[in-house]
Amino acid sequence: MADKAMADENGKQTERETTLSRLLKSKMAAQLLISLRLAALVATSTAAGLMAFNKETITVTVAVVGTKPILQSFTAAFQQTPAFVYFVIVNAIASLYNLLAMLLGPYLKNRGRDVLVHLSDMAVFALVATGAAAAASMAELGKNGNKYARWNPICDRFEAFCIRGGVALVAAFIGAVLLLVMNAFTAISLMCKSVASNN
Amino acid sequence: MRLFKCRVPIAAPCSITKMVKSFRVLYLLLRLLAAAAALSAAIVMATSHDSTTLLGITLEAKFQYNPAFEFLVIANGIGFCYSLIALFIPSSLLSRLVIMFDVIIAMLLTAAIAAAGAMAQLGKNGNTHAGWLPVCDQVPNFCDHAMGAMICALVGVVTYLLIVLYDVHMLLSPKLLP
Repeated sequence: MADKAMADENGKQTERETTLSRLLKSKMAAQLLISLRLAALVATSTAAGLMAFNKETITVTVAVVGTKPILQSFTAAFQQTPAFVYFVIVNAIASLYNLLAMLLGPYLKNRGRDVLVHLSDMAVFALVATGAAAAASMAELGKNGNKYARWNPICDRFEAFCIRGGVALVAAFIGAVLLLVMNAFTAISLMCKSVASNN
Repeated sequence: MRLFKCRVPIAAPCSITKMVKSFRVLYLLLRLLAAAAALSAAIVMATSHDSTTLLGITLEAKFQYNPAFEFLVIANGIGFCYSLIALFIPSSLLSRLVIMFDVIIAMLLTAAIAAAGAMAQLGKNGNTHAGWLPVCDQVPNFCDHAMGAMICALVGVVTYLLIVLYDVHMLLSPKLLP
């Protein structure tokens, strides 16, 4: 009855906002959010797993003594670069967070919990963005080198390492974009909910 | 007069207009701080230049020689311009668009400082497995400048984070939207 009185008072704006908020509270919106979260979970866990198992060993001939070549093996692993370590850690945190948010989703109906989920969504998105950015700058350096600092590129020697790292990076970027879309979605739904409940 | 329901618990006699005013002042101060931090980061990074001669070979360090530092300069330049523009926008018109752009620019700045941080760590410590020697011993002036620029950029990122938090707060209580 109070709704009807307010609708008569404020005109059609209240009615339009309640229909929008009703649309956002509908099952379609919830399903969209769940599927986005699942996709982000897949992307970030792929990135973390692929980079964590990224290791390559090559053996090169360093010298020839008489007729016997002396071989030395070189290893490229993700632990050698702090940027890649940070990348793995951050993507692991993000995938765990997405898993937790997906499992606890149906139980969080409280408005305060909604705000908390949105804020931690933003924090996780920031983490994934920084991890992907740092790993991308390292990957660019490994691929192109820096002739001014006399840093030679390594991708011509460790091809599989570079390819796997590149795929992990792409997966992390996709996860970051999905997290951004989720952020925008929850922000809009929170705003519409608050407009509706304020009116 | 009807008191609107605020999302923030406030003391009873406080009216909505006083709170809106104080928040608005805080908002402007945050934007000014973000603009100043972004500008100083861009300028300090852009003026970093050092060279040293080692065994007849000249080792020169400029920010253009490194894509991550270029990105830092450009991103902070964009952040500075956007902060200035956002200060002078008539607020009621485009506030939702400003919120969206705030998040985008904040993410741009965090990505820039993450990339520059990775590069700076490499320049300071090197990477023995890849055969990359550290350069900060040879060009200490450049490294100091880069460190100063990254500190300013970090201040800018933290300020933009506060701006984004304030935007989220404005979203949740739309009566505070100016």
